[in-house]
Amino acid sequence: MSSKDKILSAIKESKPASTALPVIDISAVISFDDLKAQFKKVLETIGGVCIESVGKGEMEKIVAAELSYVQNGVNTLGAYDEGLPLISAEDLASVDLAVISGTVAVAENGAIWVSETQMVNRILPFIAQQLIIVIEKKDIVTTMHHAYQKIDVAETGFGAFIAGPSKTADIEQSLVIGAHGPAGLKVIIY
Amino acid sequence: MVFFIPCYIDQFYPGVGIATLELLKKLGCNVEFPLNQTCCGQPMANSGFARLSDGCDKNFVKNFTGYDYIVGPSGSCVLHIKDHLHDDGNKKAADRIRSTIYELTEFIVDVLKIDNIEASFPYKVGLHNSCHGQRGLGLSSMSERVLPLFSKPEQLLKKVKSIELLKPERNDECCGFGGTFSVFEEAVSVRMGQDRIKQHTANNVDYITGVDVSCLMHIEGILRRQGSKIKTIHIAEILNAGGAL
Amino acid sequence: MKDHATLAKEFIKDSPRTDWHDETLWFVRHKRDKAAHSLPEWEQLREWASQIKNHALSNLDSYLEEFEKKALENGAVVHWAADAEEHNQIIHKIIKENGISRIVKSKSMLTEECHLNHYLEAKGIEVVDTDLGERIVQFRKEPPSHIVLPAIHLKKMDVSETFHEHLHTEKGNNDPKYLTHAARLHLREKFIAAELAITGVNFAVAETGGVVVCTNEGNADMGTHAAKIHIASMGFEKLIPKAEHLAVFLRLLARSATGQPITTYSSHFHKPKPGQQLHIVIVDNGRSRILGKPDFKNSLKCIRCAACFNTCPVYRRSGGYSYHASVAGPIGSILNPNFDSKAFADLPFASSLCGSCSNVCPVKIDIHDQLWKWRQEITRQGHVAVAKKVGLKGMAFVLARPGLYRFGGKMLRWVLKTMPFMINNRLNPWYKQREMPSPPKQSFRDWYLKNQKR
Ligand code: SF4
Repeated sequence: MSSKDKILSAIKESKPASTALPVIDISAVISFDDLKAQFKKVLETIGGVCIESVGKGEMEKIVAAELSYVQNGVNTLGAYDEGLPLISAEDLASVDLAVISGTVAVAENGAIWVSETQMVNRILPFIAQQLIIVIEKKDIVTTMHHAYQKIDVAETGFGAFIAGPSKTADIEQSLVIGAHGPAGLKVIIY
Repeated sequence: MVFFIPCYIDQFYPGVGIATLELLKKLGCNVEFPLNQTCCGQPMANSGFARLSDGCDKNFVKNFTGYDYIVGPSGSCVLHIKDHLHDDGNKKAADRIRSTIYELTEFIVDVLKIDNIEASFPYKVGLHNSCHGQRGLGLSSMSERVLPLFSKPEQLLKKVKSIELLKPERNDECCGFGGTFSVFEEAVSVRMGQDRIKQHTANNVDYITGVDVSCLMHIEGILRRQGSKIKTIHIAEILNAGGAL
Repeated sequence: MKDHATLAKEFIKDSPRTDWHDETLWFVRHKRDKAAHSLPEWEQLREWASQIKNHALSNLDSYLEEFEKKALENGAVVHWAADAEEHNQIIHKIIKENGISRIVKSKSMLTEECHLNHYLEAKGIEVVDTDLGERIVQFRKEPPSHIVLPAIHLKKMDVSETFHEHLHTEKGNNDPKYLTHAARLHLREKFIAAELAITGVNFAVAETGGVVVCTNEGNADMGTHAAKIHIASMGFEKLIPKAEHLAVFLRLLARSATGQPITTYSSHFHKPKPGQQLHIVIVDNGRSRILGKPDFKNSLKCIRCAACFNTCPVYRRSGGYSYHASVAGPIGSILNPNFDSKAFADLPFASSLCGSCSNVCPVKIDIHDQLWKWRQEITRQGHVAVAKKVGLKGMAFVLARPGLYRFGGKMLRWVLKTMPFMINNRLNPWYKQREMPSPPKQSFRDWYLKNQKR
């Protein structure tokens, strides 16, 4: 008997009587008067920076300015290098700043869903020294329940909620921003 | 109603028994004390020998059958009875006992619904929230849970005249008694007790009180070894305290 | 082997460090409380999480088959391992067949449970742990002492010394920022060079065939996206039915673990990227046996948040190593006896049964009740010092007989009064650091007979 069959038959034999799934009533969870303000507040407490802009044009201007400060920036918002999806980690290790867009931002925890399509290269948002994520104001939702309603997690091969810059507190519980991933995250809401 | 005095109170802390009895009488109860009671069986059960407590359980059922309410001044023993009392020969009686047994403060607040306690205790007092009373019997809300705040022992203590109630920084951390844990895991148990005491000492209290004599016995043992001025006192003794003390 | 009580006693000997350990973890518990209290629906969320897990466990076979089918469609390779040995063999085979030598691993309690690192080391294969805390303990050849904060038993001086030795950092520079940065540079090299990345799994979704991995540091992502092979190892209890259920668990996990509203990265892996291989190893290793025990099955709901560790007054004062197991803390005390009830017979007794663990548990495992039940089970199997049993048998005998009890109590009070040295000596663990109660003249019963009885 294969291990798979062994495991499955052991489970069949020992599993408890079936119980029902709960009905998850989203109307019973927390709500916020001002989603944008809540998102901003939480993002700042987890080490991120929130920039508000009026409209797409201003957002693009801010992005351009940010890119002008660094040597090696990668912008995925407009047209980008055709080879970007396949560039190796080694070559991306020197990226100072990456700019990507997100699908949905979550007010309760400051997280933003980014799909593989938006990352262009899976490692880009993790390997860049600094990260900018742009998000439309209308795409801010209340909680994770609302977020999962708006996304299809399996639409692309990979996707992630990103909440703030990478961090660790593994040495004496003192918080250090910039563990392995970006040492800074800015979110531009437009 | 009837009155249950856990074994170690009977043997070591008769004052707590007396205070409880007097208090209940003052509050208008008709109290009886079955003379052949011994122990709830918890020391065996918590050590992994619940199956050895059959005799003890039988004795308990024999002594406490036929009363409207059973009240004991110890959250831990009451919880044990509520959760684990069994008597295969007399299941109905055991079940009834389990559903009619109350811890003292719970009984005063929920059953007697007393609003006025004639007592005065002009001291600084820290309340130790005993885990079995708090988390087990639900005598008060717990810091881990997101539920409305309340505390039955505190509610009663607040009615006592001239008392000054002070909360330690960690309001509901375990004192480390834990029954036979206090002996098997002596080092951790004592350390937990010392840490609890430290936080009450920081509040400069005169007394540490609680609903469970067992926790207080452990705390008292450490206090006395340390030569501390702080004393322990059971909540019944405060609620029964007259003007002068 | 030393038992929990002995190891705890050794830990407590260093009093300032015990205080530090206790206070640091209490602070984490405190942050957890604040996060929990920020959501009015907290208790409802726990209830939902518990029900989802109960449902998943009671339909596990069909969800596993659904998961495998979807994962295969996604292009993953799915392996099944009946035990730790098979799990390690599967991973070794993948490594060998692909001629791999550079391996990184992000945190996975399952690979700790299976002792994967040791297994591969014995075959001359090195695995670099990439979680900062895990890297620190790996350098020191120590196991993690906490499932979320692996190096919580260490102070920054210890880390500084270790890094000085292994990463040539400045001697005596104890700044966590400096030390973290040194590790960042060191590990980024390892990531970029990695050929194979091993991760654990926080949640596996039956309906989509995907796995979710949560980190704060980004180490799982750095490894998996750089390497050409990703192996995700999961115990089969990680399965949940639907993607929407992730909302419930991700809302609870980080809040319970560290008080953060969510981990920095919650990465959802479905398909390998072009040219990459994605392997998923589904492990039993005793879990199906636990599933069959009505009293203990719901320990399988655990999402490894470690809230029960941080709240446990015993864990905080005895340290992770006192549990001599890969998973310590209250949950370890009810899981480990499933694997070996003799070797871990002491663990269910390493608790005052205060119940705080069950109260913080985000999936509502009845941890302290299970501790109590394990005590009964362990003594039934005979794994308890004979002395303890004899003493308790005598006690049970006396307490069942009111007459004997009264006589014994009188004797005890009399002995305490007239010959306190009989009891107040070093052989009595109570007396070592505590006084015995002072013996009253009479018992309550004696008083009652004299004063009340009409
Ligand atoms: S038992 Fe509960 S509290 Fe403990 S680690 Fe598991 S999920 Fe967290």
